[in-house]
Amino acid sequence: MITASQKPINEIIELVEPYKKLLILGCGTCVKTCFAGGEDEVAVLASALRLSFKKMARSIEIEELTIERQCENEFIQEASPGIARNDAVLSLACGAGVQAMAKRFAKEVVLPGLNTTFIGIQESPGIFTEECSGCGDCSLATFGGVCPVTRCAKKLLNGPCGGSQNGFCEIDPNTQCAWHLIIERLTTLGQLDNLKTYIPPKNWNTSLSGGPRKLIREDHII
Amino acid sequence: MKTLSNLHEKLTKGEFVVTGECGPPRGANKKVIDRKISLLKRFVDAINVTDNQTAIVRMSSIAASAHLVAAGLEPVMQMVVRDRNRIAIQSDIMGAYSLGIKNILCLSGDHQKFGSQPDAMNVFDIDSVNLIRTVKDMRDKGKDMSGFDLDVAPQMFIGAAANPFADPFEYRVIRLAKKIDAGADFIQTQCIYNMDRFKEWIRRANNENLTDKVYILGGVTPLRSAGMARYMNNKVAGMDIPETIIKRMDGVDKKNQADEGIKICLETIEELKGLKGVHGVHIMAIEWEEAVGTIVKQAGLK
Repeated sequence: MITASQKPINEIIELVEPYKKLLILGCGTCVKTCFAGGEDEVAVLASALRLSFKKMARSIEIEELTIERQCENEFIQEASPGIARNDAVLSLACGAGVQAMAKRFAKEVVLPGLNTTFIGIQESPGIFTEECSGCGDCSLATFGGVCPVTRCAKKLLNGPCGGSQNGFCEIDPNTQCAWHLIIERLTTLGQLDNLKTYIPPKNWNTSLSGGPRKLIREDHII
Repeated sequence: MKTLSNLHEKLTKGEFVVTGECGPPRGANKKVIDRKISLLKRFVDAINVTDNQTAIVRMSSIAASAHLVAAGLEPVMQMVVRDRNRIAIQSDIMGAYSLGIKNILCLSGDHQKFGSQPDAMNVFDIDSVNLIRTVKDMRDKGKDMSGFDLDVAPQMFIGAAANPFADPFEYRVIRLAKKIDAGADFIQTQCIYNMDRFKEWIRRANNENLTDKVYILGGVTPLRSAGMARYMNNKVAGMDIPETIIKRMDGVDKKNQADEGIKICLETIEELKGLKGVHGVHIMAIEWEEAVGTIVKQAGLK
């Protein structure tokens, strides 16, 4: 999933302050799963904002709505009447959702309420970890299903570096060393010899280094 | 066989070599380099010039290395892949060679999180093993990474680092082999305090015949105080200082701790001299270059 976390409330207040009527728009897929932008979070944020504005002796009308996905036109449509009734939309979607909304409602103010963080998983209740950087050229088969591009702080393909100790990364004693995990996995799988092979420099052209990417599926173009 | 540098030549002759270290200043003051040169020059065969070590911004390793060349010394220019992409790396290697720099040490680099500017974006376009191969291909094939034939190819003596004290230990020798395969001619190790572990590592390297393919220089850093020992053990990534060493430093008067640190260092060098597969010593007297002369003389290395 795409993970995100809510922006600090003060930053949100600054963003929405110029507007009298606000739609807080939740997104019911990824960011709901990571407790950042589902209907529960929309309701809590709406209450917090109402309270803050009351304390500032300012009035604001807040409408709440959560749609299935803000990144897909077919769901976005559902938000159309609510958007028409308000001055601005505070989108609790990932950056893709916010931009999809801004594209669809070109004349409306669409504000981001979340900071989009990464593609990851919920490793244990309440703990989300980054697993994939979407580099466009997956080499997980070589590395026993552990991604060094994403999970090694130095993106080493011929790692580990000299800072790995007791299975943890030098940059943070709570972060597991990806290379330690790779070696463990490959040992278990009897494939440690994979690592004797020199891995050449990565072609970053398929990643963001090649500029904004586009995926074209000819068979689906109408 | 044509040798690539004085360091290379001495190693080829079987001499037990000594390399030192010069950390460039946090500023543009060349006098700092001159001072370090005057402290080191009679005692070492080559001097490593660090590349923004611990991710703290300093005078560039290339410029400082060029100052050493101008003073008639031989630098081992350190290069990290943290701050440059492959375009800048190759360009800097060519530039460095044109300035008379003949030794390079290929490193990943400390993560910027430890440095003075943790907000920086890192690069890590290629890794340290890729860097070794890049320098080798430039030298032996005369080509850059795109396969373009270079007009004059840099002919550098290629070094790499090894940390026998990092985990997982079993993998450390595989990684050494990988660096040798990629093109490393010499290795400088992380500071040795845990001699048992170092001996086990070099024993495994000998068993794999790796020490026949590469020159290994054991890294040593004299401890100046018990506080420094504790700090390094706790805060410096990949450092392993056994409790016995820390206790030994603690056991002497504060004013005698620096002497004790030098004594420990001398004992380490003495052991290294007797180990098969060790071809020299790399003395990293961090901001304590004055100690190098004493160590080298007392160890009977010069």
